[in-house]
Amino acid sequence: MRDRRGFLRTAGGLALAGASGMLAARYALAGELGPAGLPQGTLESSRLESLPGKVPLIKKSWRPPNFETPVRYFEQAFTPNDAFFVRYHLSNIPRVDAASWRLAIAGDAVERPFELTLEQLKREFEIVELPAVCQCSGNRRGLSDPHVPGVEWGYGAMGNALWRGVRLKDVLARARVRKEALEVVFDGADSGVNTATPDFRKSIPVWKALEESTLLAFEMNAQPLPHWNGYPVRLVVAGWTATYWMKHLAAVTVQTQPLKSFWMNPAYRIPKGKFPLVDRFTTQENETSTPITEMVVNSLITNLDRGATARVNDTVEVRGIAWDGGYGIAWVEVSHDGGETWRSAELDRDLGRYAWRQWRYRFQAQMPGTYTVMARASNRVGATQSFDLIFNPAGYHNNVVQRIDVTVS
Amino acid sequence: MRNILLVLALTAGHAFAADESGIRLKDGPGREIVEGNCVMCHSLDYIQMNSPFLDRKGWEAEVNKMIKTMGAPIGEEDARRIVDYLASRYGK
Repeated sequence: MRDRRGFLRTAGGLALAGASGMLAARYALAGELGPAGLPQGTLESSRLESLPGKVPLIKKSWRPPNFETPVRYFEQAFTPNDAFFVRYHLSNIPRVDAASWRLAIAGDAVERPFELTLEQLKREFEIVELPAVCQCSGNRRGLSDPHVPGVEWGYGAMGNALWRGVRLKDVLARARVRKEALEVVFDGADSGVNTATPDFRKSIPVWKALEESTLLAFEMNAQPLPHWNGYPVRLVVAGWTATYWMKHLAAVTVQTQPLKSFWMNPAYRIPKGKFPLVDRFTTQENETSTPITEMVVNSLITNLDRGATARVNDTVEVRGIAWDGGYGIAWVEVSHDGGETWRSAELDRDLGRYAWRQWRYRFQAQMPGTYTVMARASNRVGATQSFDLIFNPAGYHNNVVQRIDVTVS
Repeated sequence: MRNILLVLALTAGHAFAADESGIRLKDGPGREIVEGNCVMCHSLDYIQMNSPFLDRKGWEAEVNKMIKTMGAPIGEEDARRIVDYLASRYGK
């Protein structure tokens, strides 16, 4: 039997078919490397390249390595480890030896500082699993209008994984956190090649550090963490953007004072009051800006790209994912007429409040013409995606509703 | 100082040398100064990726950030020539 949906051809499909000539093939390549709204220089310098242990990903920069996951991998509930995006700020990235690895728990706000080996971490604390989206704060920065400097990400500086590790709160309990504690600071093994470069250190509020969903993870998707994703142990701050998910974790410091660091201020800040967010990081706020915290509600169409085509009377399926900062996706509405009318998409299985939710939607392409497909997710605290970019100088929190044209002939 | 940093950069990034070395910046006065300085801490595709949307003032801010915040040991004269090159070859 003929699969009607088989008629739907994305630009990538045409390239694979191989019968469409140079123009289609070049078009497909551009689509794989990111959306057309990226800066021209970004599209021209992007390549599909493999880091050791990784499948070909979209190379944004070689050193430090910044590699983006092609959108088609997001058709899966969990993002494969070898396709998971890679993001570093600094170029000196040691290979950490698990046998000699030690995690120091210290600071002026603990009574009993101590050190842990990896074996102790796995043996002496309860092991938990949590499906959660890890998304770079600057995901989609490359679509900012006007463009802003930084790593010019398209849609793929994110992934969903099953994280396995221990609760940070259990480890902190052994160190006996004093009531004066304000922030917990994390340092990883990576650093700048120049000693004058500010070391990448990040802090979170104590209340966030003590949540059930903040983990010291040593596995993702039932495998040890890949080197490029933080081996042997990384922090998981479920619901918050990945800037806090420190890789190659080396030290945890509980402090009575706010962390002063370039990476807390002026980096990773959003203007106050511009985004409808719940979580605040009050010890780092000032009059005009605040650290980025939870992810905004968002969605992504995963099976259509620009240049998608269908034939009259085809059933066109639109598939995608939706996620937020952990309140849970309430519904996803889809339009195939450029936003005139909207219908609810069918939500797939709920994998947990911090995971993304897969969804699907079908429509009949009854007449020839252009069908503009849009998807808009809403969460359980009443937040929804924006139609217009909420501009900010670092290009964070881009959850603008996508528009993808499907040409029906 | 610069030589030491360059050696550090090359050893830290040795796994990428083959691929990173394929990056070619546009010809223009000051290109060698850009390559010699910027490559100490990062690959040169950062420049290509961030183009062509920064004006001269924008590139000046980026170069200043690299020197003042990130600690790049670049003198005033080199910094001026780097900004000239970036604004004329990778500016908007």
